Amino acid sequence: MSQMNMIQAVRSALDVMMEKDSTVIVLGQDVGYFGGVFRCTDGLQAKYGEHRVIDAPIAEGGIIGSAIGIGVNGLRPVAEIQFADYIYPGLDQIISELARLRYRSGGEFFSPVTIRAPCGGGIRGGQTHSQSPEALFTHLSGVKTVMPSNPYDAKGLLISAIESDDPVIFFEPKRIYNGPFDGDPNKPAVPWSQHPGGEVPDDYYSIPLGKAAVVEEGDELSIITYGTMVHVAQAAVHKAGVHADIIDVRSLVPLDVETLRKSVEKTGRCLITHEASRFGGFGAELVATVQEECFWHLQAPIERVAGWETPYPHAFEWDYFPAQDRIIAGIKKIMEAV
Amino acid sequence: MTPKSRLHIPHPSARPGEAPDFSYLSLSEAGAVTRPPSNAPASEIEILANEMVRVLDDKGVAKGEWNPELTPDQLLEALRLMLLTRQFDARMQRAQRQGKISFYMQSLGEEAISIAQGMALEPGDMMFPSYRNQGLFILRGTSLVDLMCQCLSNTRDMCKGRQMPIMYHNKEGNVFSVSGNLATQYPHAVGWAMASAIKGEEHIASAWVGDGSTAEADFHYALTFAAVYQAPVILNVVNNQWAISTFQGFAGGERRSFAARGLGLGIPGIRVDGNDPLAIYAVTQWAAERARQGGGPTLIEHVTYRGGAHSTSDDPSRYRPKNEWEAFPLGDPVKRLKQHLVVNGHWSDEQHQALLDELKVIVDDAWKEAVTYGTMTEGPKLDVRVMFDDVYAEIPPHLEKQRQELLALRGDLK
Repeated sequence: MSQMNMIQAVRSALDVMMEKDSTVIVLGQDVGYFGGVFRCTDGLQAKYGEHRVIDAPIAEGGIIGSAIGIGVNGLRPVAEIQFADYIYPGLDQIISELARLRYRSGGEFFSPVTIRAPCGGGIRGGQTHSQSPEALFTHLSGVKTVMPSNPYDAKGLLISAIESDDPVIFFEPKRIYNGPFDGDPNKPAVPWSQHPGGEVPDDYYSIPLGKAAVVEEGDELSIITYGTMVHVAQAAVHKAGVHADIIDVRSLVPLDVETLRKSVEKTGRCLITHEASRFGGFGAELVATVQEECFWHLQAPIERVAGWETPYPHAFEWDYFPAQDRIIAGIKKIMEAV
Repeated sequence: MTPKSRLHIPHPSARPGEAPDFSYLSLSEAGAVTRPPSNAPASEIEILANEMVRVLDDKGVAKGEWNPELTPDQLLEALRLMLLTRQFDARMQRAQRQGKISFYMQSLGEEAISIAQGMALEPGDMMFPSYRNQGLFILRGTSLVDLMCQCLSNTRDMCKGRQMPIMYHNKEGNVFSVSGNLATQYPHAVGWAMASAIKGEEHIASAWVGDGSTAEADFHYALTFAAVYQAPVILNVVNNQWAISTFQGFAGGERRSFAARGLGLGIPGIRVDGNDPLAIYAVTQWAAERARQGGGPTLIEHVTYRGGAHSTSDDPSRYRPKNEWEAFPLGDPVKRLKQHLVVNGHWSDEQHQALLDELKVIVDDAWKEAVTYGTMTEGPKLDVRVMFDDVYAEIPPHLEKQRQELLALRGDLK
């Protein structure tokens, strides 16, 4: 067991899997000699060689397209897209090829590509380094979409993603790479060593895809969220003084409907929050799911707290970010409903 | 006078009602181009991207250093496979016109590109076809019945009813799944070849796109990655002059050859007579040998002509002269190979007719068998349950739930 931040946990997952399975390779911009702009692949090229940790040209479509071919030829590629905001040149390869290869070939061809991409805002990244595009991928049939909220989950889920014969889009909320973040940028940074999720086994372990985590238990309200917002929601709940189930979805597709259903049946009230903008966001799917599964248990309308429907603005980052005050306002609205 | 900017809109050399004009096409004499060693530095052989490698002359005589010296048996095998492809196409074209299948795409006039290159590759080499490479499937042993059943989306469809016609695959035969999205297979081929090199294997990859698809970003990604990693891959551009209604000038072919597209990256380019099976075989051998020696990728432009419509949904008489193919200076690959065999005394008109008759029976018999597995309108039907399989390696709960929901509506399937 070690103290790890999320960067170290991601690196440890890659290291463990590369050690365990010689078919696992890593490719992406700056991932090799340099070790990645966020350092997630630091030291891996020195350990596993240039043929397994491959620096790539600046061409996301080429990285994903070639990773598909690498996967078809029996290797297990983990492609890093430097920022989720840069994944779009590879969308056709993901949507038309990676997601559907197994289906279209009657189950005969597949490519077990994992695509890692740092996502989310709160780092002064403006509109091109802050996006949370997960809903673009959850809409697809044939890829799994994952977003961890702490180092322990990041390692266990990434190992499952790499082992999966299905393609996985693995989003890493970069605001919490170095520590949990409660949504208040004026408070001093908190390291992962002060959070139980920063305790990470050094060796192999996995967390199955498709299982949510109940982060906190309460009986008045269910908060369904993922990524950075798990920590913001926790702080907001404590400040609001309500007893809430806080559910970290972790795996958006496949979705652990059962855990959501059980919680909302118990509490009768539900707030859904994510950093991505609201309209057509993954929260809409969560609302629909909760409504379908738990309508007769609901005592109040389901509330959604999300990013505004604007691009992520550089100067107004903290007005855009769905911080504690907005979650507390949402909680109040739900709790005061009849 | 102030210079003015000018928007250039490319125009083909002839439109319907006008005389075909291929004066834009620069040709080399058969046998005129020198064959460099396959490990020659790319910078020293750029001429291959501008000239045209040709072996068969207009009289059917094989000439020059590129002559691959194929045996009569190999030549006859090539002729047989090209004719089989053509007959298969003709039968499927008719099936579409009869309403038996929804859609079809012929490779009329381009048969040599799949067959001759396929013959020059090793069975372990992986092929990444475009939608006009049915010859590769025939060459690699996919049965005609299986190809037909795919087009019929019937109970024996290899794609389990999920793909429109012609989107075949052959896992055992190392032919990748055809995509309807253009040029996406190009980076796949490069990645596959990279993996082959990573594993230290000798197998190479080969991919095909049309002249039109070279405009796609994937083409450029693939060339860059192939060049950067010196991937053992052959990248083919089938320049059949037409991308539906836009001629090759709209893909940027007016000023330089498609073979020259890789020169800036140090990828050797070879422009080859795409209707000359001997020349195609020879340049493929050269490129494959180069790739297997660690020499990296080669870009091959096959100059040919799309003899038929783009697809059964297309009407080329609206945008190009009806008799353009007849005027194409590189002729018809089947006729040219036949002529070569006849000239050398290995073949006769009578034998050719007998072969055509034999292949017609084979194709007709295959069709008769294929329809016993069902058509779109008649016979056995695919079990709709398979619709939910293979989205993921294992069916997740939400899809199983949806399958049960559908089955509840289709009570008779239970």
